[in-house]
Amino acid sequence: MAGRIGKFGLVAASIATLIFMYVPLSMVIAYAFNKSGTQIWPPTGFTLQWVSDALANPGLKAAFLTSVGIALSATLIAIVLGSLAALAVARHRFFGRDTVSFVLVLPISMPGVVTGMALSTTFATTDLPLGFMAIVVGHATFCVVLVYNNVLARMRRVSGSLEEASADLGADSFQTFRRVTFPQMRTAILAGALLAFALSFDEVIVTFFVAGGVKTLPLWILESFRLANQVALVNVAGLAAILLSVIPVYIATRLTSDSSTVGRT
Amino acid sequence: MAQTDVRLDHVTKRFHDVVAVDDLSLNVERGEFFSMLGPSGCGKTTSLRMIAGFEDVTAGTIYLGEQDVTNRPPYKRDVNTVFQNYALFPHLNVFENVAFGLRRRKVSGPEITRQVGAMLDLVELPGYQRRKPNELSGGQQQRVALARALINHPRVLLLDEPLGALDLKLRKQMQLELKRIQTEVGITFVYVTHDQEEAMTMSDSIAVMRAGKIEQLGTPEQLYERPATEFVAGFLGVSNLLAGKVVTNGEDQPAGEIELTGGRRVRGPVEDLAVGTAVKVGVRPEKLRLEAPLDGAANGAAPAGTNLLEGRVTDASYIGVSTQYVVRLDGGQTVVVYAQNLETSGVAEQHPVGQQVRLTWLPKHTFVIAA
Repeated sequence: MAGRIGKFGLVAASIATLIFMYVPLSMVIAYAFNKSGTQIWPPTGFTLQWVSDALANPGLKAAFLTSVGIALSATLIAIVLGSLAALAVARHRFFGRDTVSFVLVLPISMPGVVTGMALSTTFATTDLPLGFMAIVVGHATFCVVLVYNNVLARMRRVSGSLEEASADLGADSFQTFRRVTFPQMRTAILAGALLAFALSFDEVIVTFFVAGGVKTLPLWILESFRLANQVALVNVAGLAAILLSVIPVYIATRLTSDSSTVGRT
Repeated sequence: MAQTDVRLDHVTKRFHDVVAVDDLSLNVERGEFFSMLGPSGCGKTTSLRMIAGFEDVTAGTIYLGEQDVTNRPPYKRDVNTVFQNYALFPHLNVFENVAFGLRRRKVSGPEITRQVGAMLDLVELPGYQRRKPNELSGGQQQRVALARALINHPRVLLLDEPLGALDLKLRKQMQLELKRIQTEVGITFVYVTHDQEEAMTMSDSIAVMRAGKIEQLGTPEQLYERPATEFVAGFLGVSNLLAGKVVTNGEDQPAGEIELTGGRRVRGPVEDLAVGTAVKVGVRPEKLRLEAPLDGAANGAAPAGTNLLEGRVTDASYIGVSTQYVVRLDGGQTVVVYAQNLETSGVAEQHPVGQQVRLTWLPKHTFVIAA
């Protein structure tokens, strides 16, 4: 009897949590297509008006494309640095290896305000300009971690003797990487990259500190959120952000559905 | 003239404070099936990996033929390895796995197809080209790994406990297969194992290793019939070791005599030892003939030309092929006897526990170890 109450309680709590998490999101999506253009429930009707307004709005469009550009750049850096670091840590013994591993993972657990402050101060001190590249650099610091974790988990599962076998059969280091190591890493890199993209696209705290006037989509939403005439557009922007986060994360999860790390550790 | 294919010259390997291989020197002749045999941690796998090039040498030199390859990376050595876990490339099918080495050497497409087909025939997996490694059984994966290595016609094939993951029946079958292939192809094999029966079945010569050093090197027969140390005697099969002292060493007699604890004297190969040396006398359990005494009571004299011990049966186990006895000797020592059930069968025809018995054996089956 106690078991059944417990089980019921657990199911109820799970449903409540899911509702708490997803009902607000579904409201944003509903309001993006809401005929009346206001945030009043229930929605009065369905319209694509706001979507077409959003597509025509130069400020919103620019912010969207900037976010995409930044996310792609940060992801590219993350792919290269993250995979190389993971390969080094997984396959080689060197002095300070554990420290390097720790230091690499740290940025994602640091509070965003601290990272933002630190970067902003550093850019000011070294007279480097804030703006697009600064944001890319800021995002790359924690995007690297996602690729690193995924690739590292994969390389730990793949036996090192594959690379030995390759060398034994006459392949030098580059050939071994190309023909044996990289094929094993491919889907882990992709999964990490998709997560990195989603993370960069949404990021607002660090971006705020180093944007220097450049407007990303989250920053645009923050600014426009309170303005009465932008309400409907903000919801469309929110919809775009949701899609560009959920879809990559979903694909990443499917790619690594056999146990290796997906998100932040 | 016999050619040396592999030579290790005073090779040492140290991992931080641990000496895995200690001043090891050995030669492997062309066409030989050479095994390194020993318990875990004896340095046999490390030695093999150094020959392959996967481990650096701390000290010493490694030669393949006349060439010093100590500092060469694995892809520049004319050796190939069969790994314990096979290490087949999971993203490639059987054909591409086997062809891997040939592709690295830019062999032409049609030639690769021909050679892969021939090699798969040799390992008895014809038509398996399109299969993926995860679709194969353990035994099949092992044969693909073998094909992948052999196709490159290396000077030496290195095998690191390749049969470890297979069940007993398959293992025995593969042992014969490997020996057949080795003889047919004529390549030198260097084989690592902890299984003494496996080593004895396949090898031309065996190096028994312990703690980074070679305890004894010889043919299976030499190691089994004439072990040099207690470790080798115990590692290859069961042995009975009896403490004793050299009484005469063959100058007057045809063979030397050793006096065991308890007074019994037996004959054994002590020609090179001084009188009074403490030794251990060894005899394999299958070489002992167990008989009930002639008159029902102990008869002191040994039949001409044999060694004799007397004692009492303390245990008898029927194994099917043989009956294994444990006998407690008059002198207090315990020996194990394997009596093949040649003309006897079943528990009823055993020597019962408690019976007084005579153990005899031929002096040439005695081996002696310095105590």
